[in-house]
Amino acid sequence: MSDLETFRAETRAWLEANCPASMRSPVQGEDDIVWGGRKQQLSPDQRAWLDAMASRGWTVPDWPTEYGGGGLSAAEAKILREEMAKLRCRVPLQSFGISMLGPALLRYGNEAQKRRFLPEIARGEIRWCQGYSEPNAGSDLAGLQTWAEDAGDHFIVNGQKVWTSYADKADWIFCLVRTSRESKQGGISFLLFDMESPGVSTKPILLISGYSPFCETFFDNVKVPKDQLVHEVNKGWDVAKYLLGHEREMISGMGLGGGGLGSGGTAALAEEAKQAVGTDAEGRIADPLLRAQLALFEVRERAFRAMSERFVDELKAGKAHPAQPSMMKYYGTELNKARYELVMAAGGADALEWESEASRGGARARAWLRTKANSIEGGTSEIQLNIVAKHILQLPS
Amino acid sequence: MPLFLTEEQSMLRESARQFVGETAPVAHLRKLRDTNDATGFSRDLWKRFAEMGFTAILIPEAEGGLGLGHVEAGVVLEQIGRNLTPSPFLATAVGGVTALRGAGAALRQAWLPRIAAGEAVVSLAIDEGAKHRPEQVALRAERSGNGFRLSGAKRFVAHGHVADLLIVAARTAGAPGETAGITLFAVPAAAAGLRADPERLADASLAARLTLDGVVVDADAVIGEVDHGWQPLAALLSAGRAGAAAEMLGVGGGAMDMTIGYLRERKQFGVPIGSFQALQHRAAHLYAEMEVARAAVLKAQQALDGGDAGAERAVLVAKAMTALAATLAVQEGVQMHGGIGMTDEYDIGFYMKRARTLAELFGDANWAADRLARMSGY
Repeated sequence: MSDLETFRAETRAWLEANCPASMRSPVQGEDDIVWGGRKQQLSPDQRAWLDAMASRGWTVPDWPTEYGGGGLSAAEAKILREEMAKLRCRVPLQSFGISMLGPALLRYGNEAQKRRFLPEIARGEIRWCQGYSEPNAGSDLAGLQTWAEDAGDHFIVNGQKVWTSYADKADWIFCLVRTSRESKQGGISFLLFDMESPGVSTKPILLISGYSPFCETFFDNVKVPKDQLVHEVNKGWDVAKYLLGHEREMISGMGLGGGGLGSGGTAALAEEAKQAVGTDAEGRIADPLLRAQLALFEVRERAFRAMSERFVDELKAGKAHPAQPSMMKYYGTELNKARYELVMAAGGADALEWESEASRGGARARAWLRTKANSIEGGTSEIQLNIVAKHILQLPS
Repeated sequence: MPLFLTEEQSMLRESARQFVGETAPVAHLRKLRDTNDATGFSRDLWKRFAEMGFTAILIPEAEGGLGLGHVEAGVVLEQIGRNLTPSPFLATAVGGVTALRGAGAALRQAWLPRIAAGEAVVSLAIDEGAKHRPEQVALRAERSGNGFRLSGAKRFVAHGHVADLLIVAARTAGAPGETAGITLFAVPAAAAGLRADPERLADASLAARLTLDGVVVDADAVIGEVDHGWQPLAALLSAGRAGAAAEMLGVGGGAMDMTIGYLRERKQFGVPIGSFQALQHRAAHLYAEMEVARAAVLKAQQALDGGDAGAERAVLVAKAMTALAATLAVQEGVQMHGGIGMTDEYDIGFYMKRARTLAELFGDANWAADRLARMSGY
């Protein structure tokens, strides 16, 4: 057996032995997603699965072992993903620490910062939130105004962030602040601080889904030690852009159902449609137009699944265009919105129920509405198309 | 296996890009059309394809071929697509070779070396109606002496009027619509009672209407088992669909690149029209669709080469996705070129016509999506 075949066999055996049965079923809702941190209560199986994976560094398989990662090669990491998929193992931990801050720290953090923050991300001990958008800095993110005053060995931060995902559930924040007004992009710095610092407050924003995944976050004379500055003063935009690329990769994964309600793929959707509209003599969905929409969606979904695989492979091999995450984010989020339009069409009146037990508290309708933010958060679809047009297609400005 | 081309495949791509681009650019197609060429492609170029080794890509090494796979065949087909090169490559070196690989030793020995040498053209006679419905085979093959007598008609047979060998799907049992009872035959073009009338299609290619009037073949002409031809036919069609998808990647990609170039150069209101956001967003959307299609095609080719259980599905996805993406590419191409895009003198219109033909070949996007839905149980 080749080394990789051996690795595959060992990985499979280890997963079989260590992944609890309840962690091998599709994610049903928010509560099934492990974000980690000081505030989330995990079930015993969630805890056991997280700890088992973290002990091997497999919550972050391709991070270096000295920072809590698995130290796996690209090929090994792919095998781990494939074997997890075969056994239907849930992702043991998903977090902004893993998908966004971690890669940025690996690239721009100093050694002390890497040793301090990365292992606790890998073990799911600290949950991070992202302080980027402000009331007057959305698509024009670099227009942000939250001010960090240099006070010797620390900064004093004042200002307001908005659309801070899960700020009320997070332990720490990675935050873009203005440290100079002389240059727009060149006056931004990247700070890390504890959400329990005096002067930090959050207020959830009620969305059309009836949920409040986003908050307004206020900073009133928040003291941030200077060793929590990542990269150099006024060079935070480099970190921000790099991190946004990773955020877009993460969001693009939603096109594949992202472990959420749509993770059963088109087949699960088709089952719902059959229940709602019945079947014809050949066992097909009785509504031929709905069936046709599902079938054409399945083409795009499967094609995008291949695109995601290709993208990850190219990324690991250093072959991906630097602006390719924008294409992925655009396509994946638009696909996810299309998926949930079909979820609603397939479910009919059942899917409209907002509170009933049968509808699990309106899970479908609320998820459908939630997806409408996919093409806004992390840079709108239109911003992604701008980036593709400029940086990949080299169209003139 | 990572989902991008290996070093060797990238090198093949580069040599195919140079070779096809230099020997058979769009001007080559234009010339064949304008001279009303009766063959439909250049036999000299076909020989040179063989000299490059292209025609032998899918032929096993033991039989004098290169023993390569659908990824490599697709690399060549993409360049054929980008240059709109009229070529029997897809029918012969992909569809024909795949069919013959499922045939007995006599057929293989008779035809594979000639294909490798660029001396034989193989055509695929599958469709009988206007739309691709491969199980709707009505052409009859009845036992006669030691062999069979074939009677019926086929259409949309690319290069059928100049083929040396025709792969014919015929019915030996059952009724049209049933997959059981189909038998695949290798019929020499010289057989008595076989008539091929070429029709010029919108894209200037020539596809024949075949009439078989009591064509007699011996038992050796059967590919696979009598009444069980669906299996080799399905293999042939999967290879053909993956190949058509790869060619469409080239057609769509060529149209897209031509259009992006035009957006950069064409000025109106004193600025390049590519600076207008309305066009930038449409171009960027098109790029995304083409990228996704490219991934689907490579996935399908690798699945075919690896003999994966999911290969048929992956091929259907690739065929449908490339048809959708390439159709968008040529539509946006003509629209963004404006008036010049409607002229025969400009090449973009050729891309539109070729994309339409390839989208139809071996099943259009609706057909592939329907088939995918059936496989998924809905």
